[in-house]
Amino acid sequence: MSNRNPEYDFVWCPGCGDFGVRRALEWALERHVAEHEIPQSNYVIVAGIGCSGNMVHLMEGDQPFGLHGIHGRTLPLSFGVKMGRPDLQAVVVAGDGDFLAIGGEHIGPAAARNVDVTCVVMDNGVYGLTKGQSSPTTEMGVTTSSTPYGKIESQMMPLKYYLTIGVSYIASHYSSKPRDLANVIQDAMNHKGFSIVHVQSPCTTYNDTYDILKGNRRKGIPGMAWEVPEDHDPSSRQSAEDLLGRPGIPLGLIYKDERPTLQDRVDEIAEANPRRTPADLLASYAL
Amino acid sequence: MSDNHSQDFVIRFAGEGGQGLVTSADAMARAAANAGYYVSTFSTFPSQIMGGPASSQVRISTSPVLSSGDSVDVLVSLDEYAYNNHREDLSDNGVAIYNSGEFQLPGGGQYFGIDADELAKSTGNTRAANMVTIGAVAHLIGFSLEEIDAFITARFTRGRPGDDEIIESNKKAIRLGADVAANSGFSVGTLAPPSPPDYEQIMITGNAALALGAVTAGVDFYVGYPISPATTILVWMEQNLVGQGRFAHQVSSEIEAISAIVGAGYAGKKSMTATAGPGLSLMGEGLGLAWMAEIPCVVVDVQRGGPSTGLPTKSEQSDLMTCLHPGHGDMTVPILAPGSVEECFEAGALAVNWAERYQGPIIVMSEFGQAEKGENIRKPDLDAVNVETRSVYNGSNGYARYESWGENGLSPMPIPGGPGAYVANGSEHDEIGDTTHLPRHHIRLTERRFKKMGLLNDAHIEIEDEGATAMIMSWGSSKGPAREAYERLKADGVDVGWLYSMALNPLPDEMKAALEQANIVIVPELNYMGQWSAVLRQHGYRAESVTQYTGLPFKPATLVDRIAARVAELRTEKGTVLV
Ligand SMILES: Cc1ncc(C[n+]2csc(CCOP(=O)(O)OP(=O)(O)O)c2C)c(N)n1
Ligand code: SF4
Ligand SMILES: [Mg+2]
Repeated sequence: MSNRNPEYDFVWCPGCGDFGVRRALEWALERHVAEHEIPQSNYVIVAGIGCSGNMVHLMEGDQPFGLHGIHGRTLPLSFGVKMGRPDLQAVVVAGDGDFLAIGGEHIGPAAARNVDVTCVVMDNGVYGLTKGQSSPTTEMGVTTSSTPYGKIESQMMPLKYYLTIGVSYIASHYSSKPRDLANVIQDAMNHKGFSIVHVQSPCTTYNDTYDILKGNRRKGIPGMAWEVPEDHDPSSRQSAEDLLGRPGIPLGLIYKDERPTLQDRVDEIAEANPRRTPADLLASYAL
Repeated sequence: MSDNHSQDFVIRFAGEGGQGLVTSADAMARAAANAGYYVSTFSTFPSQIMGGPASSQVRISTSPVLSSGDSVDVLVSLDEYAYNNHREDLSDNGVAIYNSGEFQLPGGGQYFGIDADELAKSTGNTRAANMVTIGAVAHLIGFSLEEIDAFITARFTRGRPGDDEIIESNKKAIRLGADVAANSGFSVGTLAPPSPPDYEQIMITGNAALALGAVTAGVDFYVGYPISPATTILVWMEQNLVGQGRFAHQVSSEIEAISAIVGAGYAGKKSMTATAGPGLSLMGEGLGLAWMAEIPCVVVDVQRGGPSTGLPTKSEQSDLMTCLHPGHGDMTVPILAPGSVEECFEAGALAVNWAERYQGPIIVMSEFGQAEKGENIRKPDLDAVNVETRSVYNGSNGYARYESWGENGLSPMPIPGGPGAYVANGSEHDEIGDTTHLPRHHIRLTERRFKKMGLLNDAHIEIEDEGATAMIMSWGSSKGPAREAYERLKADGVDVGWLYSMALNPLPDEMKAALEQANIVIVPELNYMGQWSAVLRQHGYRAESVTQYTGLPFKPATLVDRIAARVAELRTEKGTVLV
């Protein structure tokens, strides 16, 4: 929706982190288009349900294709797009609830397939669209509308989880530095395989974490976010594990494993096994 | 007795799973089909991998086979449990062959023993025990041993060094079995000479025919999750849907399957999955998305007994309500329910065409009883399959994808990579795909989604003897037994007519007109609730069901009795219709 539609149903709250993520994604797409000379129409944004997923309707400038489906199913939907049409670029945008809670069952298979899809996960530690319930990344003990006595489940650690289940490209960032985030998203899109850019994207209405992330000297709050050191070796699993052992939110590339994608394997099989026409198949049932 | 010609025999092999029962029935079926008979196989087995009571049968006939029959002419029992379990099904002059290597029966019954394993050993080929039994069966039904020889030669000529020995030992086994049967003095008659069809045939199962039909219509993307009785479609696709531009893959759940085919359908592929009841339940939300965002895709539901895990390897037609309304909200899904192996091919192809034509999801309802049923059917004419492909948007950007439905027909669909980028939206939307709750958009789009189903009016129907006291209208896999019952009822002078529609939703206009006219519609169907007659009543037609929920298909004789009784009730003594 490049020209704002007055009848459109949804707007983000002022200050919502998703604005910054949108800007970053727009830049990343723009640059990716220029870098590879792929037409904009070859890009498909597969969006989850949540405040974050509404991004697919709010993109400004040249419009990519969009698929705004159902809650939690961005990965299998984008799997269909990408394996059906390997010539397309598929980018998932989803919230922490969509991606990790209801959609959590799809991350492992996507990692095992190493399907060439890039995910931009907007983690605000809360369910924004349904008005403030706890999410997998909400800290234990925190009071939300659905945890009136404090959350009694442990907080999920998504980056460690991604690493454990074999996601081949893992980056972490936050919404406050859209230029840097754009670089990371573009790099993730250039990765051949399953890539996740996990973005801290604060919800100003239900879980405002700006101060905690960036720090606030006036209030005496130290920032949790820190740049991934230049000497970090993202090709080393051990280094990635060590990095994730440190407290806080890393900003940058954590892990990158260059290995064949599902499409590479499918191509090998296609090469070795010529197409069977319906007539060939029919012939095998001759009496 | 042996000059007594019969048009039709049912031979059943009963024992435990893993004993080669299906192989025996299949061999018998192929030998008979090669000889010019019409055959149909049917198997029941438990969900366990090895062992457990199982059976596999073949019906051999001089005319096309409609059902698995009423009773069994020859029962081969590999163990005592199988004999006790199946002997009730023997016809009056039926004969049982029992495995005397395993158990003994007292003298004096219509049976004789044969130690197939021992006899097979004497041929030097311990694996020929099945052939010993088949030889005995052939003798009992007066089927030529030379025809079986021809089958054996064809089957075991594989270009390997030991071929000749294997062929010879199998032929020997056939004769050893036939000798035992001859010595027993029993016979159940002689199969009348075949009246071979004047058209070319193939031997195929329902699931394979369905898959082949879909691929003929251009399916090039298939994903699925294993589940009986749909697994064979997944396996078929993984094996055959290879090469550039095609993709077949096992995914991690039915939720993944439906989502992936929606994604692929959106991206321009002809996409399909197959499942059974439990998987269908998981697909409800995804089917709603395909309906709402108007994305072509095909879901095959090979029904089994339900609910929950239900009866995974039994016959039932109880998913109709779920297929009609698989998702929440104001939606339905067009349904094709093939009624024979031949129609499985037709429905597989038509479903793909329908999905493309109306830009939305289609469900094909098959059923356990027809999924693995092997039949020799007319070879499909691939050139006669009219392959349809969705109309694709080729204009400039800034397209209102959900705009037109009216004089301009259904708006063409933009495909990623081409012009007209839009958001395919599962939330209610306006003409360009933007989310909106405004009444005028919801009204227009709701009507658009239902109205375009009017494009689907071309599935095949059958209407005979309109104006009869009662019209028989079965559906899906109960068509065959219902048709056999109908023909017998007619021959008995019972005033019944025949309605059949491969499309259950939407019903073709001509079928609606016939239903309107019917005094009463009697629906034989395999479920407790009487689902199809309930739907017909909902449409305003007079309908009632003849139900069965045993996990087994109908026997034609059951239907003959029940329908005849009902028709008699419906008539006064003067012969006027009460309804
Ligand atoms: C199957 C299903 N269950 C529940 C919902 C309601 N729902 C909509 S968005 C949402 C959670 C959104 O949280 P998140 O994914 O973190 O996105 P955010 O709004 O925070 O960006 C829920 C539970 C739904 N749409 N579908
Ligand atoms: S509720 Fe939170 S996440 Fe949703 S738009 Fe508002 S600030 Fe953003
Ligand atoms: Mg959230």
